[in-house]
Amino acid sequence: MILVVVEQREGKLNRASWEAIAGGQQLAAKAGGESVKIAVLGGDVGPVAAEVAGAAVTEVLTVSNAALEPYTADGYVQALVQVLGLHSASFVVFAHTYQARDFVPKLAARLERALVADVVGLTEAEGRPAFTRLVFQGKMAADVLPEGDRPYLITLQSGAIAADTVRRGATPAPVTPVNVVVDGSAIRQRPEAPFREAKQAVDLSQAVRIVAVGRGIKAQDKLPLAEELAKLLGAELGASRPICDSGWLPLERQVGSSGQTVAPKLYLALGISGAIQHAVGMKGSKTIVAINKDADAPIFEIADYGIVGDLFEVVPALIKELKS
Amino acid sequence: MKIAVCIKQVPARDSQPRLNEAHTWIREDGAAFEMNEPDAYALEEALRLKERHGGEVVVCSAGPGRVSQVLREALARGADRAIHVESDELVAADAFNVAGTLADAMRSESFDLVLTGLQSDDQGFAQTGVVLAERLGMPHATIIMEVQVEAAALRVKRELEGGWFQWMSMPLPAVLTIQSGINQLRYATLKGIMAAKKKEIRKVAAPAVLTSRQRVVNLYVPQKTKQAQVLGGTPAEAAKELVKRLRDEARVIE
Ligand SMILES: Cc1cc2nc3c(=O)[nH]c(=O)nc-3n(C[C@H](O)[C@H](O)[C@H](O)COP(=O)(O)OP(=O)(O)OC[C@H]3O[C@@H](n4cnc5c(N)ncnc54)[C@H](O)[C@@H]3O)c2cc1C
Repeated sequence: MILVVVEQREGKLNRASWEAIAGGQQLAAKAGGESVKIAVLGGDVGPVAAEVAGAAVTEVLTVSNAALEPYTADGYVQALVQVLGLHSASFVVFAHTYQARDFVPKLAARLERALVADVVGLTEAEGRPAFTRLVFQGKMAADVLPEGDRPYLITLQSGAIAADTVRRGATPAPVTPVNVVVDGSAIRQRPEAPFREAKQAVDLSQAVRIVAVGRGIKAQDKLPLAEELAKLLGAELGASRPICDSGWLPLERQVGSSGQTVAPKLYLALGISGAIQHAVGMKGSKTIVAINKDADAPIFEIADYGIVGDLFEVVPALIKELKS
Repeated sequence: MKIAVCIKQVPARDSQPRLNEAHTWIREDGAAFEMNEPDAYALEEALRLKERHGGEVVVCSAGPGRVSQVLREALARGADRAIHVESDELVAADAFNVAGTLADAMRSESFDLVLTGLQSDDQGFAQTGVVLAERLGMPHATIIMEVQVEAAALRVKRELEGGWFQWMSMPLPAVLTIQSGINQLRYATLKGIMAAKKKEIRKVAAPAVLTSRQRVVNLYVPQKTKQAQVLGGTPAEAAKELVKRLRDEARVIE
């Protein structure tokens, strides 16, 4: 059996969970036609369970307990150890969300089981399912085999498996409550309500054009070059995370999974490698241009137009061309 | 407060790794290495906490001999001493082995706070800090952007997806995984570099046999599906062509 653990917050399903369900189904087919079950944890998980019961799975397990709302790593690990004791799985699949990053390694350590995290593709090696991960900042891929006793824990990177490949069932899957005992006094984390930082002065999500700078810009005093290009194009300035980390540009200009999601007509990436956390924030742009001196940079995978070259030569040439 | 910071040495970011013959890891000869970036932020946070609350900062690393270079660098920035779990077996070890050997070396120190980076730039497991917490029996929180210490408790700001954050409290001792950008990094001064030479790096042996829970069977350069139209020529020619395409083909500029 393959168990897919979906994620909900305040009764709302995380959209990445559909990708995890699709991944579980594909893995089941690869592993020789195993059955797939879904588990959902939290306070009142009824509506979420009903929603995911539409997938072609044999059963949806609801793990409902007041001590599981809000989410804490200590609470979730306690509960899932019991669920996996009652329902022995060969693989447990999660979406690689911030929440999964927070508790799945702890669960794997508690169970003494392998965790292959941040998987971007399913493959095969030595006659069994293997998992592809990106390493060295996306410069290399590794096919990885989990070892030791099962279950193996897998987290899937967002976008690795399309949510719309989920197979739906003819009738809703049965929903079964699973009783777990959660010792609230053993939960050490005391979470407060999530919040957003004060309203941002720049709303990049509304920008028509964006010129974004990455670490390739090298120094803060080189930023005026990008600013001049942005001005000529009528574009806002955006940035990858390291630029904001260094304090060269304010956080509100950061594009990516922990920054803003943008969808301009034109996104011009200067010296940005195209790491997944950046790409998820800008790949919805209509036209993507990448200027990067590394022809193998992942950004060229998602760009429509590319110039392989030194931005300190290409950008001045662009400025000159736009001025003429 | 006695603070541990776990630091990994990773291949330099601007280098292109080369495959070993078995296609299971990279060739180490001729490769350049540096401190994992989120770990540098974890170290900086530890130094700032020490400045505010007093105590000691101990940097810990598991890896081959070359790792002592980043430990020295951390000592030069202000860490007080270092622990090095030294083994060539740990070059490409999984997070369970790295966290397991670190936990064994750290347990008797009874740290109040353990900081790690949220993930490494090479293998990117994002597991070491969390597994370490489990092995040390400590609570943890991940992807931390602010740390407040209040008596025997912590209040930390976690980064969530899409620009959301959350405060969370927990008792000490605890483990935090630190997100880059939490602070502004300091660099070593000449005085720091001189002082570091006299600081202790305690070597600890790794277990003779490591049991891996995952194995790389094939390492390769990802296949390009390359859809970008790459515009060639001199910078001036490429720029001219790009402007033309953006005007006439994509119609995204006037
Ligand atoms: C939990 C988490 C959340 C994250 N959230 C975000 C996020 O929201 N946004 C984000 O951007 N990142 C985020 N990151 C970080 C992300 O993983 C990458 O580290 C980051 O996007 C890399 O930024 P970069 O492309 O500017 O730098 P690098 O990856 O260092 O790339 C620099 C590029 O510049 C090129 N270059 C260098 N010099 C020149 C030159 N002279 N001319 C042309 N090209 C040149 C290089 O070839 C290279 O491709 C997050 C990471 C984690 C773990």
